[in-house]
Amino acid sequence: MAQTSTVARGGGEPSAPVRRHKTQARRTGLPDWLVPYALLLPGLLVIAALLLYPLYQMVDMSFHQVGLRQIRAINPSPAEFVGLDNYSSILDSDLFWTSLRNTVIFAVVTVALTLILGTLVGLLLNKLGPKMSTFVVVGIMAAWATPPTAQAVVWKWLFDSDAGVVNWALNLLPDWLSSLVFGRSDWSGQPWFNDTITLYLVLIIAVVWASFPFIAVSVLAGLKSIPSELYEAARMDGATGVGTFRKITFPLLKPVFSVLVVLSTIWDFKVFTQLYLLAGGTVNRDAFNLSLWSYAEAFSSPPKMGLGAAIAVVLTAILLVITFVYVRNIVKTEDVR
Amino acid sequence: MNPVTRKRLGRFALNAAGIAVFLFAVFPVYWMVTTAFKPNDQIFTTSFIPFPNPPSMDHVSRVFTEGVAGHSVWRYLLNSTIVALSAVVLGAVFALLAATAVARFKFRFRTSFLILLLIVQMVPAEALLIPLFTMVKRLGLYDQLLGLILINVGLTLPFSVWMLRTFVAAVPKELEEASWIDGAGRFTTFWRVLFPLVAPGLVATSIFAFITTWNEFVFALTLIGDQAKYTMPVALQFFVGQRSTDWGGIMAASTLMTIPVLIFFLLVQRRMVSGLVAGAVKG
Repeated sequence: MAQTSTVARGGGEPSAPVRRHKTQARRTGLPDWLVPYALLLPGLLVIAALLLYPLYQMVDMSFHQVGLRQIRAINPSPAEFVGLDNYSSILDSDLFWTSLRNTVIFAVVTVALTLILGTLVGLLLNKLGPKMSTFVVVGIMAAWATPPTAQAVVWKWLFDSDAGVVNWALNLLPDWLSSLVFGRSDWSGQPWFNDTITLYLVLIIAVVWASFPFIAVSVLAGLKSIPSELYEAARMDGATGVGTFRKITFPLLKPVFSVLVVLSTIWDFKVFTQLYLLAGGTVNRDAFNLSLWSYAEAFSSPPKMGLGAAIAVVLTAILLVITFVYVRNIVKTEDVR
Repeated sequence: MNPVTRKRLGRFALNAAGIAVFLFAVFPVYWMVTTAFKPNDQIFTTSFIPFPNPPSMDHVSRVFTEGVAGHSVWRYLLNSTIVALSAVVLGAVFALLAATAVARFKFRFRTSFLILLLIVQMVPAEALLIPLFTMVKRLGLYDQLLGLILINVGLTLPFSVWMLRTFVAAVPKELEEASWIDGAGRFTTFWRVLFPLVAPGLVATSIFAFITTWNEFVFALTLIGDQAKYTMPVALQFFVGQRSTDWGGIMAASTLMTIPVLIFFLLVQRRMVSGLVAGAVKG
């Protein structure tokens, strides 16, 4: 349609305007083949300077000892090459195993809970009437939109030992039930943030709370794209709810799920802001995950930037393996070509 | 049980579940806002006070006048706004150019560039913290909002290009061809034809970049030492004291910080999902 009009506008001699266009291009002095590269150049420079070069530098620093004298602005001394020393001291450190354990367990539990809750809510939204569905979507949007720093302080407040609403609610439970489930009945003054396990429990709740809305809304978008004839056919054939989910919904949403799993894993693997604020900075070494440990080594005094960089390399390597799966998926499903 | 009752019960259960989800999602936000308006004796109590009675503006006015860490929160909100707006404007220019290149032209390294975008998006920003810190120090940008602005441009650019390219690709190519045929040059075509049509997409992408920058914490924490230059997320932690925390103040400040994000969020919610899942939904 639009093409016809183009020809029509060019009148009886379509070749003339084309020639005009070509001369014009020559007049601006930029050959056609160069235009995309010129457009790409500024962005590429930004990415190279702010992402790729630092990436290289991170690896480079991990083989050097970098302290205060190397990072000062005036007359910095050259960093001493130490080979794999930083890596071997990571492996020797007890903190490596605790922070790797914290990172992995947190990511696995949080990703699983986020996806289960998010999917269930997505399915629920699809079943609800339009008014109710909008109402719930607006509600979960509030959780999703809360900035990570605000998330952390709000959950810290909810779980406050003295005036927190969670301890108040737990005290409401009948004593026998509370003792049966938790082995205690009095929750007044329960400090949630001193112990690593309860700290991570709150962190998991906070992160699941903030991230399930994205999963729910994505699953809902996916569900909307499934033709309803499929479900009607399944109902005719006498399929049950679970059966329909297993045989129709899940297979059709599989590409969505695989992207969501990988994105959530990546986000939860490197969680920093919420952990930093809930743990109150870098005081509790037992609660470190890999990114907090890297930060602690590099930015507490004396700074050990090389060691911090080596930890960051380990974290990045793990994430790049996960990313590889993600990129392969995207390349398969989308027109990158 | 007859089918009608059963159906009604099912509907009831679904709506009840919907309300439960709504309450779980909203309660922390509700508690944040209401705490901001409670007087201290209703905050530091072991009993449950569902809403401020009577509401008090003490904390809200206090975070503006007295503030925290020596400055009014106006200062931190202003710093956050400067950083986020500058990063968004700079980023939008770079992203629009790159997205046009990717969506409109076929060239040799196109696929490689797109894959590069996907990969750098996944590199944890926390890992780049150390090299970027030394770089900023060496360039004399430590303690400067400019350093923070540039870094946020870098952090948001890959996603912006990725999201924007679909908007550019959605503009019919014939419109530009018509403009060329009418004798317009490359720049005029871009500015007069493509740009107005991509503008809504550019707004959506920019809002996303704005939220990311507004919320950014780690870099603002490490690259700024001067309290007068703190951004809002960094200033927030100074309400947490050695012995006791100023919950009223911190909730008032958190509420102020959340409001712009919430508004923007409701505006671009739908596009954000499609941008993040990047076509996987369509399959």
